[in-house]
Amino acid sequence: MQREQSSRGRADRVSRSSDIAGDPPADNTPDNATGNTPGNTPGDTPGNTPGNTPGDTPGDETEARSAALKQGMSIGLATGAYGISFGALAVAGGLSIWQTVALSALMFTGASQFAFASIFAVGGSPLAAVTTSTMLGLRHISYGALLAPTLRPMHPFTRAVAAQLTIDESTAVALAQPTRESRKVGFWSGGVSVYILWNAFTLAGALAGSRIGDPNAWGLDAAAAAAFLGLLWSHLKTPHARWTAALAGVLTLALTPLLPAGLPLLIAAAIAVAIGEWSRK
Amino acid sequence: MIWWIALLVAALLSFGIKLTGHLIPETWLAHPAVRRTADLLTVCLLAALVAKQTLTSGTGVAVDARVPAVAVAALLLWRKAPFIVVVAVAAGVAAGLRALGWG
Repeated sequence: MQREQSSRGRADRVSRSSDIAGDPPADNTPDNATGNTPGNTPGDTPGNTPGNTPGDTPGDETEARSAALKQGMSIGLATGAYGISFGALAVAGGLSIWQTVALSALMFTGASQFAFASIFAVGGSPLAAVTTSTMLGLRHISYGALLAPTLRPMHPFTRAVAAQLTIDESTAVALAQPTRESRKVGFWSGGVSVYILWNAFTLAGALAGSRIGDPNAWGLDAAAAAAFLGLLWSHLKTPHARWTAALAGVLTLALTPLLPAGLPLLIAAAIAVAIGEWSRK
Repeated sequence: MIWWIALLVAALLSFGIKLTGHLIPETWLAHPAVRRTADLLTVCLLAALVAKQTLTSGTGVAVDARVPAVAVAALLLWRKAPFIVVVAVAAGVAAGLRALGWG
């Protein structure tokens, strides 16, 4: 099943990358020929044509890598720009510019940073800030494991850098790619571009402070939601994947008012996986 | 000063959590059933992220300009639009609706 999903994922990506580049695909495989017909939507049952396996020609591999790079950089731009809101809000809440910049450089996980800064702003305790930001980050444990087949083996230094860059965006871009090499490109391009831009925009936001206005007026929150949907899309090939995904989404919404911030996402995903696995038996 | 310490401890814990995932022994992950579950976990985490980013605000469920923006994004994805176009149009839809005073 992994193989089928991967090959279909690549078909989507190849046609998309040629759309971005604005020129026709280098080779005219059946994937590309049918890439834009409505009948070839991810809603179909997975195709299993022989010879349609990932990375069977160098050209395909190059296309897949270039598509991964473009996705990584575009999500870097969309997410990085959001750093401006973190910078502005943290300083408005009373953190110093240095503390704000340090949070982005060292903690580097948006939700935890916002939680930390907002607890500081309302006069909460340091312990509450540490606990909440840590709970919000718990989901990252699974990310390192999900990335293992792609990134390992790693030099200890590379592993430390990879760990720091392991966030929602880099993981999601990596796992949406069809081949091991393109996953690698997706992880590093997503991680590095978000890191650079998130930190640069944090500094800009911290310096500009309240003069920025509300970043949501620019629709950056919707851009992030659309980016996650785009990364989810290539995984929705089978009815089983679709209803399990829907279940995870509904559970997240149902649990949001009931649990402390950070836990709904993790627990909803865990329950949906458990039910999804159980239903396969 | 105490807040600097809190900041550094929180950052260290955040890094430790991320690193832990990368240190889980390979042998635990090699089993086909684990791989299959990992695939499903990817789908569920992404779906949960979509739901959270589209429909929640703080600790509540909120319907605002993000919902039509993401609906348009889904339509574009179905039509095989490039990733960057999907993201940019979603931002534009939400920004436009908010400029008009909704959401």
